[in-house]
Amino acid sequence: MKIGLFIPCYIDQFYPKAAVAALELLEKMGLEVYFPKNQTCCGQPMANSGFEHLTTGCNRLFIENFSSFDYIVCPSGSCVMHLKEHLHLSGHDQQAKAIREKLYELTEFLTDILEINELSASFPFKVGLHQSCHGQRGLKLSQMTELVAPAFSKPEKLLAMVKGLELIPLNRKDECCGFGGTFCVTEEAVSVKMGKDRLSDHLRNGAQYITATDLSCLMHLEGILRRQKSSLKIIHIAEILNHQPL
Amino acid sequence: MKAMEHAQAAEAFIRDEARTDWHDETLWFVRQKRDLAAQGLPEWEQLRDWASGIKNHTLSNLSQYLALFEENALKNGIKVHWAMDAVEHNQIIHQIIKEGKICRMVKSKSMLTEECHLNAYLAAQGIEVIDTDLGERIVQLRKEAPSHIVLPAIHLKKEDVSDTFNEFLDTEKGNNDPQYLTESARQHLRDYFVGAELAITGVNFAIAETGGFVVCTNEGNADMGAHAANIHIACMGIEKLIPKAEHLGVFLRLLARSATGQPITTYSSHFHRPRPGQQMHLVIVDNGRSRQLGRADFRNSLKCIRCAACFNTCPVYRRSGGHSYHTAVAGPIGSILNPNIDMKANADLPFASTLCGSCSNVCPVKIDIHEQLYKWRQVLVKEGHVPSSKKTGMAAMTLVLSKPTLYRLAGKMGRVALKYAPFVVNNSLNPWYKQRDMPQAPEESFREWYQKNRK
Repeated sequence: MKIGLFIPCYIDQFYPKAAVAALELLEKMGLEVYFPKNQTCCGQPMANSGFEHLTTGCNRLFIENFSSFDYIVCPSGSCVMHLKEHLHLSGHDQQAKAIREKLYELTEFLTDILEINELSASFPFKVGLHQSCHGQRGLKLSQMTELVAPAFSKPEKLLAMVKGLELIPLNRKDECCGFGGTFCVTEEAVSVKMGKDRLSDHLRNGAQYITATDLSCLMHLEGILRRQKSSLKIIHIAEILNHQPL
Repeated sequence: MKAMEHAQAAEAFIRDEARTDWHDETLWFVRQKRDLAAQGLPEWEQLRDWASGIKNHTLSNLSQYLALFEENALKNGIKVHWAMDAVEHNQIIHQIIKEGKICRMVKSKSMLTEECHLNAYLAAQGIEVIDTDLGERIVQLRKEAPSHIVLPAIHLKKEDVSDTFNEFLDTEKGNNDPQYLTESARQHLRDYFVGAELAITGVNFAIAETGGFVVCTNEGNADMGAHAANIHIACMGIEKLIPKAEHLGVFLRLLARSATGQPITTYSSHFHRPRPGQQMHLVIVDNGRSRQLGRADFRNSLKCIRCAACFNTCPVYRRSGGHSYHTAVAGPIGSILNPNIDMKANADLPFASTLCGSCSNVCPVKIDIHEQLYKWRQVLVKEGHVPSSKKTGMAAMTLVLSKPTLYRLAGKMGRVALKYAPFVVNNSLNPWYKQRDMPQAPEESFREWYQKNRK
C-alpha cells in the first residue's frame, strides 16, 4: 500500500516533530510512505477568508503531488476537511474526486482503514483531548454533544491504547478553541478569550498535556500558554501515539 | 445602526472579562438545558429531519401556500395586508393606527417589528408603542436594542435592571431582588394593558390550511394585549408559513426545547378570527425574503423558526454579546440573514465566526448555518466588500503557496526571522502577538529533515 503523506504548510514549518511522528507511526505499520516534496498548502487560509477563487494554484499542486497514491494521509483534520469539500480543478474532475475519496485524517486512517487494535506507545501523563471542530464536526471523528446520537470517538479509541495515559474529563467536551484561521487575527479579542477559556477547562481538570488532531488549534493555545508562562504543554496526537516507553 | 464592526464591538465587550464570563456561562447554561431537553426525546433527530423537510416543501411552494393562507384568513374575517419591505410594513401599521384614532397601544415580542424598526418609525410620527415583554421593556426603557431574539435583555444583570427601573419606574434604589423588580414591571405594565386600544404581536407559525396563526410566549403578554384591545395587528414574514395544523406537532416540540430547554412555551396561542367587535389584521412582510429565496446557496436560511439555539451555542456570540452584531437578529443565523438585507453594512458578520459548526448541529430545522457563512464570505469578497489590505495579503499568500520553491524560501526566511529577528513579528502591529507568543521556530522544517533522513 503506497501512502502519500500530506504535511500541511504550518506543520512543515513550525511543528516538524509532529510530522516525523506521523511518518514513523505509519512506517511502523509496515506501509510505504512517501512525502512528495513539491506539496505546499491545502488552500484553506484563502478559502475561509472568502478567497476560494484564489486556490486554483494550491489545488493544482495538490493534484500533481498526490494523484499516484493508494491513500493520502494527513495529521490535520482541518486541512483534510477543506480538501474533501473544496478540492476541484477544471479539466481534472476525476483526479480531484479520486483524491477527495482516498484522503484521510491520520486517526481515522488508523481506526477505519488499518483497523488497528493495539499500539506499543506509552505516555504516562494526564492528557486533555481538545476536539478540533473541523475534525469532529466536519469529518465526524467523534460524536458531537449537540446531537442525540450514540457516543464514539476515533481519537479516544487510539489514546486508550497508549500505556499510562490518563484522559481527563472536560466541562465543555467539544467547544471551539477560537483559532478559526484568519479569525485568530481579525477577531483577535474573541479568539484569545475563547482560547483562554478552553485552557482553563483543561487546567481545572488537571491536564498536563493538551492533545488534538489539529496543530492549528494547539498552536493558538500554545501561544496563550507561553505568554501566561503556564506549565501545561501541547502535543499533537501523532506524537503521543508514536511515543516510546522510556 | 452600526457604530463599529463586529470585531471592534466584541473587543470592547470583552474588556470587562468578568462580565464576559458571566454572559458566556449564562448562555452556556441555556445550551445545556437545551441538550437535556433534546436528549429526553429519542426521536429528536427525526423531528429535526421532519421540520427541515416540511419547511423545505413549504419554501418550494411558497406562493401557493401564501395564496391559500390569505384565502382562508380572509374567510375567517382577518384583514390581510402585504408589505414589500420594512417601510411598507411600518406605513400599513401607521395607517391602521391613524384610521382607528388610536393613542394607546402595546406590543408583544415581535422580532419582525424590530427588523423593520417600527418603534423608531412610529416615534417619529409622535406615536409611542409600549413593549410589554419584560426583557423588551427593559431594553426599551434603556433605549437599547434587544441583544438576543429570545432573551432580549440577556446582556444585563439584575443590578442593571434595578438601576433602570429606579430611573424610570421609581423603584427602590439598590433593590436587586428579581421578584421585586418583576412585580414592579408587572404593575407598571398592567395600566398599559388595561388601557390599550391596539395590540401588536408577532407570529410564530401561520397555517395555510386554516388561515390561523400561532403565537408562542412564556409571559402571556401577546394574549393579554390581543384579548384586551379592540384591534389586533399580527406581523409575520412570508417564511412563517406551514402547510397544515398537524405540522405544529413537529415545530412546537422543537421550538421551546431548542430555545430554552422547556418542553413547550407556557402559552401557544392559536388565533383564527377576530372576536365580535374586534378587528384582526395580519401584515405579511417580504423585506428581502423572496430575494433570499432566490439565492440557491442561502434559501435554507428562511427555514429559521427563531429559537436562538444557534446564539446560545455560538462560542463567539457568548463572548461578544448581541449588540456586537449591530442588527435586529444577531448570532450565527443573523450573520447569514443580514447580508441579504444590506450586504455592505453587514459584510463583517459572516467573518464573525470560527466556522466551528455547532450552530448547524443545534438548529432544529437543520439550516447549514456554518456552510452558509463560508459561502457568504465568497460572495462578499467577489462583490468587493472586504478591505483592500486583505486582498493584497491574500494575493501574496496565494503566490507563495502556489510555488513550491517560493514556499520553501519563504518558510525558511520566516523561521530565520523568528529566530534571529523576533522583533519583526513580536510587536504591537501583529494581532497574534498581542496576547499570544509566536510559535518557536524549529532548526529545520519537516521537509529538510525528510531530505536528510529518508531520501
